[in-house]
Amino acid sequence: MSSYFSILFTEIYKIFFLLIPVLVSVAMIVWLDRRVWAFVQKRRGPNVVGPFGLFQSLADALKYIFKEIIIPASSNKIVFILAPVVTMTLALISWAVIPFGENFVLADINVGILYLFAVSSLGVYGIIMGGWASNSKYPFLGAIRSAAQMVSYEVSIGVIIINVLLCVGSLNLTDIVMAQQNLWFVIPLFPMFVIFFISALAETNRPPFDLPEAEAELVAGYQTEYSGMMYAMFWLGEYANILLMCAMGSILFLGGWLSPIDIFPFNTIPGPFWLIFKILFLFILFALVKATVPRYRYDQLMKLGWKIFLPFSLFYVVLTSSFLLYFDLLPGK
Amino acid sequence: MIAHSVFFYIFSLIAIVSAVMVTVSKNTVHSVFFLILDFISISCLFIMIGAEFLGMIMLIVYVGAVAVLFLFVVMMLNVAEQKGQWFSSRWDGGTHIPVGLLVSLIIFFELIIVIGGWKYKPDLLNSLSINISTEVTNTRSIGNVLYTDYILLFQISGMILLVAMIGAIVLTYRERAGVKRQSYIKQISRERNEGVDLVEAERNKGVKIDV
Repeated sequence: MSSYFSILFTEIYKIFFLLIPVLVSVAMIVWLDRRVWAFVQKRRGPNVVGPFGLFQSLADALKYIFKEIIIPASSNKIVFILAPVVTMTLALISWAVIPFGENFVLADINVGILYLFAVSSLGVYGIIMGGWASNSKYPFLGAIRSAAQMVSYEVSIGVIIINVLLCVGSLNLTDIVMAQQNLWFVIPLFPMFVIFFISALAETNRPPFDLPEAEAELVAGYQTEYSGMMYAMFWLGEYANILLMCAMGSILFLGGWLSPIDIFPFNTIPGPFWLIFKILFLFILFALVKATVPRYRYDQLMKLGWKIFLPFSLFYVVLTSSFLLYFDLLPGK
Repeated sequence: MIAHSVFFYIFSLIAIVSAVMVTVSKNTVHSVFFLILDFISISCLFIMIGAEFLGMIMLIVYVGAVAVLFLFVVMMLNVAEQKGQWFSSRWDGGTHIPVGLLVSLIIFFELIIVIGGWKYKPDLLNSLSINISTEVTNTRSIGNVLYTDYILLFQISGMILLVAMIGAIVLTYRERAGVKRQSYIKQISRERNEGVDLVEAERNKGVKIDV
């Protein structure tokens, strides 16, 4: 029995060792997002609290903690409280399978990529529950929009993942990274990388696809009735999801923890730092997109997802598999 | 093994309780949420017996896609209007209850057959037709069976689903007059001389423009 407890304690220790950096980096990434956004638009951005405004997110978090949580009288209270909890939990549990280096992963499961995909598809529920339980028109419409959008873009992300899996022959995330030792998948699968990036924007409700919270039409979408700490949990979950999408992109296409070239000054830098650099690179791209593009119209969003991305990525699956078959490169024989 | 069985009983308890709550709870949306909880605990049970691929596919397909559509439909229904309609006193000999009884009887007999099949489980596991090896991952072994021996059935089931989907769209599609659609090609290929017209306007008369 004592061995169970020792395993339990080491696992809990590891989980905290993973979760606390993720939460801190989520807070920092919010600051980075606002800074990049401001610089593109020739503003200063948050620069008052701490050096370069680094502690802005902490100040915001304090503010959220001390604000009153208002629960609307006509809301469905249990579901209303559960919704932000679900969002945040789902955003955090997916970090369990992200490999930061060789043998440097909390859970090295065989179906890692499916786990990531499943957890991100569960993310819809936090939003639907929040929107429905608020019992108000704006949150409900926002939730419906958001759910339809996420379900649509998940389809094309799934097909893109199939493209990568064809080249790897395994669902394990460590295997996916190790298969890119000679050539990162971003080179042969570049169109898929672009589509993945755009779908990730849509999946995380980022601009130009932030229709669920289009201010002019829906106030704040599913978050309208939320306040204080519950709003902050939605917000943390959203940014943790964005970071996760960046991590997924760097593992699937940018070689995970591998250094770009295997020569002296680069291969001395430890793997986790490379992964962090890549995540930051993708995140800054996310922020730049947010700062530059206007919002899509809803029918255009659906058209892009179903009529352009899905057929194109299906076509690319056929192309990739026929290429691999013709040149006898299929893995796992 | 103690921890294993503790988790097994926790998950199966959640599964059974939420399955009961699906039928018992008065709010339709709540019962869909319980259904989702049921799916999740069943997929946890799948993962516990080592069928991680099935568990994940269960999560992706049922929880991630099917249950979302369930929720959509249920949220659109006017639940308040339906309340008390089914078993109310003004039940006019409607067709719900006989059909429901028939379906539940069929499911009951199916369950009995499944439990009867349990008797043959040791023979099934020992038979040569299933060679379970611990070396290959279960994703690979499912693929090996599904895409070789049962490829025809697999493809046919995919075609049936596709036909059902197209059928549903065809049945509900209505051509409406006067719908304005955006055509990117039309917009992009518009030239200046199509859009701009220089007109010599006469004084005090104006120009008639037909759009």
